[in-house]
Amino acid sequence: MKPFSGSPLWRNMPMMHSSTATAATRKAAYNEMQDGRGQTRQHYRELRDWLGEMPNERLAQKRDDADTLFRRMGITFAVYGENAGAERLIPFDIVPRIITAVEWRRLSRGLTQRVKALNAFLSDIYHEQEILKAGRIPAEHVLCNVQYRPEMQDIEVPGDVYAHIAGVDVVRADEGEFFVLEDNLRVPSGVSYMLEDRNVMMRLFPELFARYAVEPIEHYPDILLDNLRSVAPAEVLEPTVVLLTPGAYNSAYFEHAFLAQQMGIELVEGKDLMVRDGFVFMLTTRGPQPVHVIYRRIDDDFLDPLAFRQDSALGVPGLLAAYRAGHVTIANAIGTGVADDKSIYPYVPEMIRFYLDEEPIINNVPTRILRNPNDLAYTLDRLSELVVKEVHGAGGYGMLIGPKASKEQLERFRGQIKANPDRYIAQPTLALSTCPTFVDEGIAPRHVDLRPFVLSGSDVHIVPGGLTRVALRKGSLVVNSSQGGGTKDTWVLETR
Amino acid sequence: MLSRTADHLYWMSRYTERAENLARMLQVDTHWALLPREVGELDRSWEATLSMVGQLDAYRARYGEISADQVIRFLAFDEDNPASIVSNLNMARENARAVRGTLTFDQWEIINSTWLELKLRSFDHLHGDALTGFFEWVKLRSHLSRGATIGTMMRDEGFDFKRIGTFLERADNTARILDVQFRMLAPDGVTSSNEADYYRYRALLESVSAYEIYRKVYRDRVTPERIAELLILRADMPRSLHRCAEGLAQHLQAVANDQSTETLRQIGELHSSLHYTRIDLILDDGLHAFLRDFLARINGLGRRIAQDFLVSVTI
Repeated sequence: MKPFSGSPLWRNMPMMHSSTATAATRKAAYNEMQDGRGQTRQHYRELRDWLGEMPNERLAQKRDDADTLFRRMGITFAVYGENAGAERLIPFDIVPRIITAVEWRRLSRGLTQRVKALNAFLSDIYHEQEILKAGRIPAEHVLCNVQYRPEMQDIEVPGDVYAHIAGVDVVRADEGEFFVLEDNLRVPSGVSYMLEDRNVMMRLFPELFARYAVEPIEHYPDILLDNLRSVAPAEVLEPTVVLLTPGAYNSAYFEHAFLAQQMGIELVEGKDLMVRDGFVFMLTTRGPQPVHVIYRRIDDDFLDPLAFRQDSALGVPGLLAAYRAGHVTIANAIGTGVADDKSIYPYVPEMIRFYLDEEPIINNVPTRILRNPNDLAYTLDRLSELVVKEVHGAGGYGMLIGPKASKEQLERFRGQIKANPDRYIAQPTLALSTCPTFVDEGIAPRHVDLRPFVLSGSDVHIVPGGLTRVALRKGSLVVNSSQGGGTKDTWVLETR
Repeated sequence: MLSRTADHLYWMSRYTERAENLARMLQVDTHWALLPREVGELDRSWEATLSMVGQLDAYRARYGEISADQVIRFLAFDEDNPASIVSNLNMARENARAVRGTLTFDQWEIINSTWLELKLRSFDHLHGDALTGFFEWVKLRSHLSRGATIGTMMRDEGFDFKRIGTFLERADNTARILDVQFRMLAPDGVTSSNEADYYRYRALLESVSAYEIYRKVYRDRVTPERIAELLILRADMPRSLHRCAEGLAQHLQAVANDQSTETLRQIGELHSSLHYTRIDLILDDGLHAFLRDFLARINGLGRRIAQDFLVSVTI
C-alpha cells in the first residue's frame, strides 16, 4: 500500500526515459552557462569569476558545511523499508542555477496561463463538460479515467479553484526553450527543499548574493497561507487552516512539518479530525475546534474511508460529505488527478486555446497520440528512437525506452501498440539542459530540470524560481534523488 | 493545542522520567550488591526492585531464578521488555518524532542523539564501572532533555503538558521507591526510634539525589522518619511527593478546560493534604497504607488527565 503518491522527489521521473539516448541520436544539450562557442553567457559571468577564485578544497569544505546544516535542521527524508534511523539527505549542489528576468517572465506567464487553463478544465469537467461536447478531448479519456471522480460532479468549490498548489515540471531543451514535462496537480512536494536550499546558500555564501540581485522566495509560506485562507468557505470570516499529513512515517513528513511550522498552522493526522453534523473539527485539549480549510498531503483514495478506500486509517470518516456541503475546503480539490494524467497531458495546449482563447506560451514535449493513425504510423516507423508510455501506467511501468530496448522488447511492444493503440503515447527523447555543478572532477555540466510551484486562489502567484533537480552522475538524465539526483538553489535575477 | 500533540509531549516526558528513575533504582541496587550481607537478602532486594516496576511476574516467567546479571539485563537493556530503560528511551523518541515540528531544535537534537547513541552502544558484558557509567549516562540525558525543555520551550500548553508528564511520573516513581525500600528496611513500620542501616538509607537518599539536601536540611544523622519527611512532605525537595503534587496542580490549572473541574479538585485536594499534614501523623497510620493510597490517587489522576485532555473527545 502506498498511502501517498503525488510526486515525491525520489519517484521515477518520466524524463528518465531519455537517460539512454546516446549523444549521436540527439542534439547536444543546451548549456545554460555557456553558449555554442564556449563563451560564458552574460548572467553567469559573475558566478564564473567567483568560482574561479574558489579552490576546489574550499568548495568541498562548503559542501560539507551545507550537509551539516541540512542534517542539523533535520531536512531529511525517510527511506521506506530501511531502519527508522536511516533518514537520508538529498544531495545539495552548492552551485546555483541562474535564470534571467526575461526568461522567468516568459516562463511565469506560461505557467500562469497553463494552470488557469487546467483549473478551468477541472471546473468544466465537473460541471457542463463543454470541452467534451465540443469534441476537443475524447470523452472516454476523461470519463473512463480512474482519476475522474464522479463524486465531484456539480460540486461548487470556492473561487472555482481545484488545483490550488501545482508543481509543474519543466525542462529546457533545443536552444534553451522551456517545455512542460508533467503537471503535478495532486499533492506535489519539494517546496521545502526550494526554501531550505536558499536558506543554506545565504548562510554559506552571503558574498555571492552581494554580486547578484536575486528575487526572494522566502515569503512562499505566507503566500501559501493567504492563498489557502482565500479559498475558505464564503461565510467564514476567520478561517482555520490545517495541514493534513499521513504521519511521521511518510517519506515527505519533514516537508509537512516544515510547512505547517512556517505557516503557523496545526499539522494534523486523520485521527485528529472529526466530522459532526457536516462540519469538520479538530480535537484539541480545549475540546473540538472548527476547521475550514484542509491543505491535504494525502491522496484522494485515503481521504475518507466512508467514500473511498474503506481500509484507509489515514482519512476522516464523513469528510467528503462535509466537503460536498461546502463546509470545508480541501486543497487540492478531490479529483484533480484527471487533469495531470498522462492521457490528458497531450490535450493541455488544446485546453489553453479552448478556455482562454490563447496560444500556449510554454509548449508540451511533442507528444504523439497513437489512437491517431498518422501518429501511429510515425511511431511504429521510429520505435527505436522514441519513448512510448502507457497512458494509465505509473512509475515507469508500461514504458518503452526505444534507444535502450532490445530487439525482442521492441517487437513485443510493437505488437502491444498495434493491438491497443489507444493506450499509448509517444515522445522524442529529450536532451535536458545542463548547469555547472560541483562534482568529483570539479565544476562540470550536469543535466537539470525545474519544478516551480504555482499557487491559485483568488489570484495566481508563483514565487520566482522553483526546485531545480540535478543529475549528479556524468551523462545521466535521471534527476531522481534515489538514483544520484540532487538539488540546487534556483536564482531568478531581478531586473536592474 | 491538538490533543494528540499534547499526548505525545506528555508521554515523551513520562518515558524519559521513567527511564531516569529506573536507572536511579538500578544504580542503587548494583552499588548495594557490592556490600557484605546475608544470603537471601540480595535476592529479596532484586525482587523488590522487580516488583516496584511491576515486572516480577514477567521476570519469573522468563528466567525463574533471580540473578543480578539477568535482572539488570532485563530491566536495563532488554528491548523485548517494554518496561526496560532502553524501551522507555525508544518510546520517548517515538513520541518526540511524532511531534517533531512542535519541539525546539535543542529538544529534538537531544532526544534523537540519545536514541542514536543507544543504537551504537553494546550492552554485552557490562559490569562494574561501565554499568554505573551507563546509569549515569541515562540520568544525564534525562537532565539534558528536561533542561532543553525548560531552557528553550515556549511557555504554552505544550510546556504545561510536558511538565505534567514529568511530575506525574516522578510522583509515581518516588512513591514506589519509598514504599519498596521502607518495607524492606523497616518491615515493622517506621518509627522515630528505628536503628538505621546507615549505608542503605544513604543509598536510598542518593537514588533520588537527596543526600546533600538531607544534610543541609537536618544537619544531623540519617533517620528513616526524616527521610520520609524529606521525600514526602518537603516542598523544596525537587523529587518529593509534595513538590510533584504542587507542580501538577500548577500546570493542570494552566490547561484547565470545560471538563477538567473534577481533575483540578482532586489534584488540589491531594496537594493540600500533603501541605497540611505532619510526618508523625502519616507514620501513625502506617507509611505503606499512605503510599498505596497516594499511588492510587496518582494513577487516578493519570486516567483523568488522559480523558480530559489527551484522547479524542467524543461528542
